[in-house]
Amino acid sequence: MNLFIRTKKRLSRFLSAFMKKRQSRIGIYGPPNAGKTTLSNRIVRDWTGDALGPVSEIPHETRRARRKEGITISNQNGSSLTIDIVDTPGVTTKIDYQEFVEYGIEKDEAIKRAREATEGVAEAMHWLREDIDGVIYMLDATLDPFTQVNIMLVGIIESRNLPVMIVANKIDLPDAAPQRIVKAFPQHPVIAISGLEGDNVEALYEKMLEVFG
Amino acid sequence: MEKIRLILDDVMEGNIVVLEKGLSPEEQSKLIEMTMMEISPDGFSGIEMETYSAKDSQSTGFFGKLFGKKGAAARMTVIGPANQMKTIKKDKDLISAWVSSR
Repeated sequence: MNLFIRTKKRLSRFLSAFMKKRQSRIGIYGPPNAGKTTLSNRIVRDWTGDALGPVSEIPHETRRARRKEGITISNQNGSSLTIDIVDTPGVTTKIDYQEFVEYGIEKDEAIKRAREATEGVAEAMHWLREDIDGVIYMLDATLDPFTQVNIMLVGIIESRNLPVMIVANKIDLPDAAPQRIVKAFPQHPVIAISGLEGDNVEALYEKMLEVFG
Repeated sequence: MEKIRLILDDVMEGNIVVLEKGLSPEEQSKLIEMTMMEISPDGFSGIEMETYSAKDSQSTGFFGKLFGKKGAAARMTVIGPANQMKTIKKDKDLISAWVSSR
């Protein structure tokens, strides 16, 4: 009898591992310094109590994509969603190590950072084509959203038919104009938040359930 | 891939490439990825790029819709080396750029 139960359990584990669909990988993309890691940390902390990576004012602080697996987001109506969050380096078309030197970083370290950043952006672009199931596109609401990188990236995401939501971040700052982002991307849902202060993140989670669920 | 290599080689030589029909989203994505792999300290620092949106000028037409053809994603695209080119202004029908010679 014991042998029968053990065999049944093993078979069940094997089948569930074999049949299990992998969790959706939601990539957090956007230009440098939009607040991607701050939001990633908030999502991971709110739902797992953990953190994903360090944040700083220096662009390209995140130079390697970081992933946190198995985050379950739920609401009071009983809807829930389990995803992997992928925090990616800020996408750009140019990186000069001098930019880091201007922040007081030594030349050798600046060159190392620039090299890591270029590898990170290349990896993030590759992942977007191959390995990402949905996108949270982060924008700094104090800046003009009509940049070449933003238009290009949203176009790439659309061409892949990936579910996408746009986050207008930094609404705690006086210059924030999230309406500008709503007007720039009327074809996508836009949620205005402050990743740093946690303003309106409940609406963000609700929208994530709707868009990625 | 060969198209992207050709563009990037030209830009790395200091030329500004003007593409009449632009790049598809897939090609744009590969251009960013390949650009990143070519960046080197005190050498090539990346690209500056501007594109006119095709949204208001393009129609896929009946056959395009029938066969799901999306067409080119953009109209005209200007790509140049980031250390020599900076877009100053982009209007409806005009791209103004600052270009420095070597």
